[in-house]
Amino acid sequence: MKGTSGRGPEAATAQPYWNPYLAGIGIGLVLLATFFIMGRGLGATGAFSALLVWVMSLFSTEYVTSNPIHSGYWNDGSPMMVFLVFLTIGSFTGAAISAALAGRSGWSIGRGPNISPLARLALAFVGGLVMAVGSKLAVGCTSGQALTGGSMLNVGSWTFMIAVFIGGYAVAPLFRRQWL
Amino acid sequence: MIAPIASHAGLTDTQGFVAAVVLGLFFGFFLERAGFANARKLAAVFYFYDMAVLKVMFSAIVTAAVGLWALGAVGVLDLSEIYLVPTHVVPQFVGGLILGVGFVVGGYCPGTSVTGMATGRLDAFAYSAGILGGLAVYGEIYPAIESFTQRTDLGEITFPDLLGIPRGILVALVVVGAGLAFVGAAKLEKAFASRRPRDLAPT
Repeated sequence: MKGTSGRGPEAATAQPYWNPYLAGIGIGLVLLATFFIMGRGLGATGAFSALLVWVMSLFSTEYVTSNPIHSGYWNDGSPMMVFLVFLTIGSFTGAAISAALAGRSGWSIGRGPNISPLARLALAFVGGLVMAVGSKLAVGCTSGQALTGGSMLNVGSWTFMIAVFIGGYAVAPLFRRQWL
Repeated sequence: MIAPIASHAGLTDTQGFVAAVVLGLFFGFFLERAGFANARKLAAVFYFYDMAVLKVMFSAIVTAAVGLWALGAVGVLDLSEIYLVPTHVVPQFVGGLILGVGFVVGGYCPGTSVTGMATGRLDAFAYSAGILGGLAVYGEIYPAIESFTQRTDLGEITFPDLLGIPRGILVALVVVGAGLAFVGAAKLEKAFASRRPRDLAPT
């Protein structure tokens, strides 16, 4: 297996990524098909919420059903039997297939040359934590709000999207060492 | 009108789940092809030397927005039956700011962290663990911020409704805006090319 100790396939003999416009059109067509078939768009955070609720329920169903946020994902006792969980199973598999075909699979840590692997993993964890809170507050993430709501011309989604770029560019100088 | 299929012809749970897996397969495949299983590629948008995030995001939005408008205009797809997240201007703006910070710190968003895990990225696993932690925290702090999350409630509203301008015209504006953004992105990539870390292959 290649890339076991490296920073990722960019240093190995992987195929180049697709033209971004081609990949974007592909994602747009998937989104359109999702609207057409399901009457809703894509999403990702909801699958994490479902997984969390399922795991929590193994310890205490009472905690889940009495919590104002988690109870919304209880789904009458079958939290994992929802659209977004199956979508995410698909996207995990699709990404794994794509990476395998392009020679981009293998254990690695995506980081710039000036940060240690451990520091990068710690920042990744913190970033996930922060992102989850933002995503709950905004009622959606890059998939559920920006892509889905953006293409529907949803007012809140465009408000959200502009804020994401403002927030990101505002703090980017502080995190240069992680990426550059 | 024949679509959304789920509300017209109707779908069983099983059919819906099969559709979800198939749609997900393509979603994940295209995300990985774009390079979005790679946190460095994603974070690069915030340093201007690789604007792929903006290019992919807006070409996807334009594709879907044009498709939705066209399918609606010819009477195939009933846009009024598509689920919309209700708009709460202030909490969604603040949520977006926080999410943007999380993007720079973590390097992924929830969807791309799934593709990262699928390709063996350990930072994507750490990020996903962080998401689960953040969701658990949110469940605890929610009672304290509940009234804030309900502020500036505009309900389910799109720009065609808000402004009273036909969807086709607004979609055309989005197309033009995206085109200008793509031109700007190419200029920024050129201007900031020297920021590209040397261990990254040039594109």
